[in-house]
Parts: sequence; C-alpha cells; structure tokens
Amino acid sequence: MKNRFATFWRYRFLLSNLIGRDIKVKYRRSKLGILWSVLNPLLMMLVMTAVFSKFFRFDIPNYPVYLLSGQLLFTFFNESSTAAMGSVLFSAPLIKKVYVPKYIFPLEKSCFSFLNLFFSMIALMFVMLITRTSFHLSLFAGVIPMFLLFMFCTGVGLFLAAAAIFFRDVMHFWTVIVTALSYATPIFYPESIWQGTFMVYLGRLNPLYWYVTSFRGCVIDGVFPSVVSIGVCTFFAVAALVVGASVFWKTQDNFILYI
Amino acid sequence: MEPMVSVKNVSMRFNLASEKVDNLKEYLIKFTKGSLKFEEFWALKDVSIEIMPGDVYGLVGLNGSGKSTLLKTIAGVLKPTKGTVTVNGSIAPLIELGAGFDMDLTARENIYLNGAVLGFSKKFMDEHFQDIVDFSELHDFLDVPLKNYSSGMVARIAFAIATATKPDILIADEILSVGDYRFQEKCENRMKELMSGGTTVILVSHSIEQVRRMCNKVTWLEKGNVIMTGPTEEVCRAYSTKY
Ligand SMILES: Nc1ncnc2c1ncn2[C@@H]1O[C@H](COP(=O)(O)OP(=O)(O)OP(=O)(O)O)[C@@H](O)[C@H]1O
Ligand SMILES: [Mg+2]
Repeated sequence: MKNRFATFWRYRFLLSNLIGRDIKVKYRRSKLGILWSVLNPLLMMLVMTAVFSKFFRFDIPNYPVYLLSGQLLFTFFNESSTAAMGSVLFSAPLIKKVYVPKYIFPLEKSCFSFLNLFFSMIALMFVMLITRTSFHLSLFAGVIPMFLLFMFCTGVGLFLAAAAIFFRDVMHFWTVIVTALSYATPIFYPESIWQGTFMVYLGRLNPLYWYVTSFRGCVIDGVFPSVVSIGVCTFFAVAALVVGASVFWKTQDNFILYI
Repeated sequence: MEPMVSVKNVSMRFNLASEKVDNLKEYLIKFTKGSLKFEEFWALKDVSIEIMPGDVYGLVGLNGSGKSTLLKTIAGVLKPTKGTVTVNGSIAPLIELGAGFDMDLTARENIYLNGAVLGFSKKFMDEHFQDIVDFSELHDFLDVPLKNYSSGMVARIAFAIATATKPDILIADEILSVGDYRFQEKCENRMKELMSGGTTVILVSHSIEQVRRMCNKVTWLEKGNVIMTGPTEEVCRAYSTKY
C-alpha cells in the first residue's frame, strides 16, 4: 500500500502534465481559450431556457439557475466518464513502450473534467447574480456533492476504461446509457412530474438524481445537504470506486494484449 | 554478487490479431458455439538470463525473434505470461524513442511531458532542462511544435531526456541506428560515459560489429528460444557462421 502510494506520488508530475496538455490541446487556436468553459454552459443554458420556457412550461422558480445547476453536474458526469472510457485505449502507443501506472489515464480525465466543472461554476455564479438569486452560506457546502460526484465519476471511469479495452461495444453502449440517464435525472424538468409514475421509485436508484438534488439544495434552497443525501451520495461514490478500481486492477496486466 | 536483472523461465503469449475478439457480438457467437479459443503465439519460450552489475549485455537474433519483447518484460511494460523478472535498480528505457511525445506540442512542452512519462519530477526536469537542450543541440527550435521536426531531431531529444538521469540500467533497443553519423557517435559516447559510471546496459543491435565493440556478454534468441548465451566473441562467431 505504502509502495503504491509512493508510485502515485512519483507520477503526480505526469498527472499534472497530462492535465496541462489536455487544456492546451482543447483550447488551442481558439481566441477565447479557457473562457469557453464558462461561456459554453452559459450559452447552452440560454438556448435551453428559451426552448423550455416557450414550449414546455414547468412551474419552477428561478428556472435558469435550476437548469444550469443540474446541467453542469450532468455534463461533468458525461464528459469525465466518456473521456475516461477511451483514455487507456488512446494512450496505447505510450503504454506499449514505457511502464506507467495505467490508472493515471482515466484518473487524469476525471481531474481534467472536474477542473472544468470548477471553471463552469463561474457561469453559475454569474447567472445567480443576474437573476438576483440570494446567496446562502450553504453554497460552500455545494462542494460536498461535487466532490462525491467526482469520486463516483472516477470509479465509473476506471470501470469503463477497462471494459472498453476488451469490448469496444461499450463505447457505443455508453452513449445510450448517458442519454437515458439524462432523461431520468431532473435536469430541465421538476421532480414533481414523476408523481404517480414508477419513476418515483426508479428515479431514486439513479445516482445522478442524488448528486443533482443535493447540490441544488445547497445552491438554490439554501439548505445544507441532509445526512441521508450525503449518505446515499457517499454510498454510490464508494461503490463505484471499489467496483471500478477492482475491475481495473484485475484486468490491467492484460490491457497490453488488446490495445 | 546479486544480479541486476534476473529473468527466470519467462514465457510470453500473445493473442494473434486475426483472432482478436473485441466486440460483444463476436464474443457471444463464439461463446455459444463453444469456439472461444484464441490463436496463441508464444513470443518468448522459457527464457532465462541473468545480468550482473556493470555488464553490457547484448541480445542478437533475426527480426521477430523476441528481443524487443524480452526488453519490454524487463522494463515492466509487459507482464510475462509465465516466469518471473526481478530488477534491482532504476531503468531508463530506450525502447522506442519518444514514447509519449505529443506532436502538436512544442519541444519545450514535450521535454517536460516525456520526462513526466519516465517518472521524473518537475524539479528534476527544471534542473536538467538545459543539459537536455544542449545535448540535443536544438536551441533554436524549442518553441516549434514537434510535428515540424525531422525524425532525427525527435530522436535526439528523446535520447537526451532518457539519459538525463544516471540510471542503474539502460535498455537500448536499436536506438543507435537513428540520427546522423555525428549524433550516433555522440550517443555512443554518452552510453560509454554512463557505463564507466557503473550503469548496466542491455543492448539490442542488428550490427554485429557494434555488439562486438560494446558488449561483454551476449544472448542469441531465435523464435523466442535462447539458442546460446556466453561471452561476446563465442556467441557472435556462432551467430555469424549461421547467417
Ligand atoms: N503486442 C503484440 N501482439 C501480438 N504479437 C506480438 C506483439 N508484440 C510482438 N509480437 C510478436 O512477437 C514476436 C517477437 O517480436 P519482437 O518485437 O520481440 O521481435 P524482435 O526480436 O524485437 O524483432 P526486430 O528485430 O524486428 O525488432 C513477433 O513475431 C511479433 O509479431
Ligand atoms: Mg525489436
């Protein structure tokens, strides 16, 4: 264990270098550069607010903030899991030539997306100011569900990265699952529309539901996350990490034969 | 004396590409048909070698005989299917130069990235940056994306980074065949410098001349089997008479 940590510590510079590279590559030759991680969710939110306040009228107070807060977390989940899924495959040329701890690659993708999430929070603050949402102290507690979601995404990413090596189908399959999850999470609609349907029960099995609602509680309602919601969020985070890490661990020696 | 590298009864199996089952449908079809067998290919068969500190150990053999595969198991890139590899010391792998280079980044960025891939710290890279640049003689090109470099220029940087440290073991897979004549000479000198400092070297080369000049012990591989291990002259003579 101690040894493993020493290895990780030794490669932390690789982790930061890969993150730096991703940032450079993502914003290369774009005039606004990293500003896009703020602008992008902002513009998306504008489009969706326009659409949903015109065609579907949900009875949600402060819709822009409601939408954006859900959207940001879900985008993070989508981005990090999808990027992590291809990360080991994508690094095949490197893995074939030098020894590097392979979990660095999916982990780097989660970290990179998490960093982006923090930048995007500027957009959320901005929209809150514009819409005159009151700022509560609980806003700071919002990092708790964010961080637990980061753990969850890292676990999912490790699992997907390993699975995609043996079955490339996983990559196609995952886009379908993410889409399904995005509809099964109250992002642009209120939770109340589940009433009287099976979604009242099924919806609670969706981990994203818990992260999103707990985060919104902090941001919009000014309440600190309840023990139950922290408990459930932690449960999903730890479960994903344990499953993801053990699958990755058990299969990693065979990666090189399949990439 | 304890060996620096000890390879014991190592066998390495690959699944051949034609039989690679990497999607679920194929897998299910094969599984239900009960024909889920991979066509196996043994790239190394029960190979044992021992490398002592200070050795300059040569590996010779034709294309596809398993030399690179053996080096990769020593470097920890491949985990042997059977057998064990024990290494007592730090390794500088020069297996394929420039692993981890990103052609879109500049040389400066790549030097740091590649150093990180080799497990060096930021501090170490800061300290050795100038040496690396000096050795590769590419001062004027530092902020140019690597894709605008010639392959020889890329190889120079890669060699300079990998030998920036004083490793216990240097693994060199045909790297001395890249770059122009002058740079080859420079690389050879650098390696000699490291060797005189006590670094153990494992060298793969198709130039039997070079092996004779540099190595003190040689193993001859053929189709994954060890044909012969012994002092350079003996093995090289046998090898040259056969081919
Ligand atoms: N990842 C892999 N998957 C399947 N087969 C492989 C893989 N890597 C190597 N092989 C096979 O293993 C055999 C040995 O390859 P290796 O690269 O070790 O040969 P080599 O002695 O280094 O040859 P060369 O002199 O051409 O460099 C080859 O037949 C090659 O096709
Ligand atoms: Mg080779």
